[in-house]
Amino acid sequence: MTPDGAAPDRPRADRLWEVFVRSRRGMSHTHVGSLHAFDAASALLSARDLYTRRQEGVSIWVIPSAELTASSPDEKDSFFDPAADKPYRHPTFYEVPEGLAHL
Amino acid sequence: MDVTTDERDFDRLVSADERVEPRDWMPEGYRRTLIRQIAQHAHSEIIGMQPEGNWIARAPSLRRKAILIAKVQDEAGHGLYLYGAAETLGVERADLLELLHTGRQKYSAAFNYPTPTWADVAAIGWLGDGAAIMNQVPLTRCSYGPYARAMTRVCKEESFHQRQGFEAMAVLCAGTPAQKQMAQDALDRWWWPVLMLFGPSDEASAHSARSMAWGIKRFSNDELRQRFVDATVPQADHLGLRIPDPDLRLEADGHYRFTPVDWNEFADAISGNGPCSRERIAHRVDAHEDGAWVRAAAQAYADKHGDRAARGAAA
Repeated sequence: MTPDGAAPDRPRADRLWEVFVRSRRGMSHTHVGSLHAFDAASALLSARDLYTRRQEGVSIWVIPSAELTASSPDEKDSFFDPAADKPYRHPTFYEVPEGLAHL
Repeated sequence: MDVTTDERDFDRLVSADERVEPRDWMPEGYRRTLIRQIAQHAHSEIIGMQPEGNWIARAPSLRRKAILIAKVQDEAGHGLYLYGAAETLGVERADLLELLHTGRQKYSAAFNYPTPTWADVAAIGWLGDGAAIMNQVPLTRCSYGPYARAMTRVCKEESFHQRQGFEAMAVLCAGTPAQKQMAQDALDRWWWPVLMLFGPSDEASAHSARSMAWGIKRFSNDELRQRFVDATVPQADHLGLRIPDPDLRLEADGHYRFTPVDWNEFADAISGNGPCSRERIAHRVDAHEDGAWVRAAAQAYADKHGDRAARGAAA
């Protein structure tokens, strides 16, 4: 056994989890930070103790950090480019006559 | 992308006062500086649990005990937010703890001073956490996103820490002459170590200028120390306590002049030879080793239940 209790031939189960908290009903879960845990159940308990000591949440998600897929900052320009030249997707692109309502 | 483009992108982010995020390119020195600073900050939070934790079982009332437990628990939480922020820079928490346990990374030397009376606990909250707030509020605008976000959470919680300390101090000051003297003695003990918390004076601070240029630091050590003194002297006056500095005086510019910190006096504390340095680290190492069976049990459970338990797959 290693000092952390892991058998040398087994991967260490202690790993990083990302924590998302719904602050109140009607809101989305928002990323609040990360923590170490050995499994999902203990990750949830730790997340409660770490991120909701002052009633900051009514619901928590935990996700192993390694399971997250993220866009790459290296390609941020090319990845998000397609949205850059389409101002007609915004209502402010259009001219509206003065004094007309519900438009 | 070649390196110069990366550097340009980084410089542009920092000079536009935008935030650098974990997977952005960053100069090695920036990464190293942040890892060192965040790790030392995290170590200070968890070592800082000890001088106060020392008084949980001896708190003078149930109310004070509940408050103190909540505060010490917060310090543990602050340490965890900060270790989490450090880990986004590519280091492992276990390695940072190892560096703390072997004395290769430091923590705030103020925590190497003892807490002989209940009033010391009050003084740590009032002065120590008051100083921490002065230091940490500007860090909520630090150029590194995860550190800034951790600081936002910490600052929200820290304000209760300062107030409970001030209130405990006020109760002592309104008590018997002996209780008031106890409060004064604690202020006398903690005033200089707390001023030291802001770090060396600007001329002697090796990394300050670079950290300012990188947007890690927003104000110099001396500026923050001055702010703290200006904010704290009227509070001491309100308590009827005397700041242990014969040369302290209010100038026409509205700022207090005070005796410069005698760094020679703190050289020992900073280099790990403070009154409680060895005790603090030994206690920390014991706590870590005492927890080994919990880690082993959790590992064994994860091994037994395989990937399913580790992943927490829905049943």
